[in-house]
Amino acid sequence: MKNEMHLEFSARSENESFARVSVASFVAQIDPTMDELTEIKTVVSEAVTNAIIHGYGEKEDGMVYIDCYLHDDAVEIDIRDEGVGIENVDEARQPLYTSKPELERSGMGFTIMENFMDEVEVSSAPGLGTTVKLKKYFKKSETLCN
Amino acid sequence: MSFSVEFEKKQNVLLVRMSGELDHHTAEELKTKWKERLDDEEIQHVVINLETLSFMDSSGLGVILGRYKEVKQQGGEMVVCSISPAVHRLFELAGMFKIIRLEQNEEYALMSLGVAS
Repeated sequence: MKNEMHLEFSARSENESFARVSVASFVAQIDPTMDELTEIKTVVSEAVTNAIIHGYGEKEDGMVYIDCYLHDDAVEIDIRDEGVGIENVDEARQPLYTSKPELERSGMGFTIMENFMDEVEVSSAPGLGTTVKLKKYFKKSETLCN
Repeated sequence: MSFSVEFEKKQNVLLVRMSGELDHHTAEELKTKWKERLDDEEIQHVVINLETLSFMDSSGLGVILGRYKEVKQQGGEMVVCSISPAVHRLFELAGMFKIIRLEQNEEYALMSLGVAS
């Protein structure tokens, strides 16, 4: 099965809702559970919010890119920005770590992604933007192969 | 779906009822309104009712933690009630229940703070 979807939108906070609802609608066609859909919405929201706040520093002229691939038993979601990048990815992934405590960030974004998805891969370098690759396997996969 | 918040003062408790989707975009509005309400010197405790909240991410956790710090500084307590399984999981993951007490519903939450409904 090859089924993919690509989104490109301005790094504006009002698009966070659009992004998670769009990805969830696309994924809904392989009939995931409500829990799985909520998890997908949440991780998309986390990664897109990171791109907007940290990648682009809330400068709204940047673009956020989402590439979504549906497989028989899994979904892969790549969320990318062309912002400032992350100097120390390991540090950024630590629970409760935030580079912007003054904004009341909880520092739980990556922890949530790691808990709700099966694979989380972050590639980033200062000045080169950030790509977060998220993968989730669906439990009912055997009933979906038709 | 958008977000809305409703405040009600019951004795020394501020009731905060949230509806819709709480993310980074809507968290800003919530923070501003909530901070204004907490300026009221009579208010000591906060009850958050999440019965009609359909979505929350870590931005929501951030705003709640920010207000928790303010309430705690005043010697008050924060209680959350009517929480959905999805939001419950998020709270659990972030260790929120170590500092914010969970009650089944608004009535119990208010009663636990000495407010008769």
